[in-house]
Amino acid sequence: MALIEDIKASAPRVSEATPRDYFDLLKPRVMSLVVFTALVGLLVAPGAINPFIGAVAILAIAVGAGASGALNMWYDADVDAVMSRTAKRPIPSGRVSRDETLVFGLILSVLSVMTLGLVTNWVAGGLLAFTIFFYAVIYTMWLKRSTPQNIVIGGAAGAFPPMIGWAAITGTLSLESAVLFMIIFLWTPPHFWALALFKLRDYEIAGMPMMPNVVGERATKRQMLVYSVLLAAFAVLPWPLGFAGPVYGVAAILLGANFIRHALAVWHMADGDATMVPAKKLFGFSLTYLFAIFAVLFVETVVMRVLA
Amino acid sequence: MSAMTDNRPTLELTEAQQKARRKRSVALAICLAAFVVIFYAVTVIKLGPDVLNRPL
Repeated sequence: MALIEDIKASAPRVSEATPRDYFDLLKPRVMSLVVFTALVGLLVAPGAINPFIGAVAILAIAVGAGASGALNMWYDADVDAVMSRTAKRPIPSGRVSRDETLVFGLILSVLSVMTLGLVTNWVAGGLLAFTIFFYAVIYTMWLKRSTPQNIVIGGAAGAFPPMIGWAAITGTLSLESAVLFMIIFLWTPPHFWALALFKLRDYEIAGMPMMPNVVGERATKRQMLVYSVLLAAFAVLPWPLGFAGPVYGVAAILLGANFIRHALAVWHMADGDATMVPAKKLFGFSLTYLFAIFAVLFVETVVMRVLA
Repeated sequence: MSAMTDNRPTLELTEAQQKARRKRSVALAICLAAFVVIFYAVTVIKLGPDVLNRPL
């Protein structure tokens, strides 16, 4: 009865959402990074896979990542509405309702995990399920609003895709795939805190406990530098571990040195510097860095396979 | 409520709403078709000729 009265009380809502709005719920830009890193994990892993099965596996991982993005937007619609960066997302702008987003996210989660498990193996499928759970529940619902370490721990969700790709081939978790995980895991804090530094006001308005507005700019910059050094060191490891060659090794050293240089520039930046040029530069370079690291690993592996 | 004369008000969709609904329907159809094709192809690849090799 209540339900019928509710419907009568308010004007019926007819959706004007286009497929584009639903696609935007999947966070396509995050998805592109997931597709890329998962593909590298899948390709670098020892073993062969039918190309079509491999493509379906990547698609399933991409859709799973997109589903967790939709679940994130479902839960975070209130804060998304007050931050300039996220105010135009489909829910805050009123094009898609929260309920529709929740159902969309849940259905895609189940379908993607089921597909990946059936076409490859259940280690990969289980890992994808865990990644979605980790991002949607552990990060979005729990950590994001309660601790300044939110993106450090939440970054693990973004770091799983190459492990999933690796597991799709081998059916196992291994030291090599853990190194790929660590590269993205250590990359996330300096990447996101650079953003948080120049979007500080936004996060303050939204009441989000990001590192800069909890411990201050100075402490954040110091931590960013520490993570950058660790990242540069970890990124070289695939070479001594033998699943990457000297070309990758040299590229990782050069890229890592450049990353540390940018982090040092941020460290030297005066507190309260409103222009935030070094932070913006680090943010931009961090995207180039991650892409380049995985691209070199990818190209080198393909070339070595062709030559062998 | 009589089944013969149903005078309940109906909702007239605006052009924008109709257009959006049509686009959603087409997108959903494409996704469903792709899903079917993918599982068909995966089945053929995984089983190959063995798909016929079963006790009858």
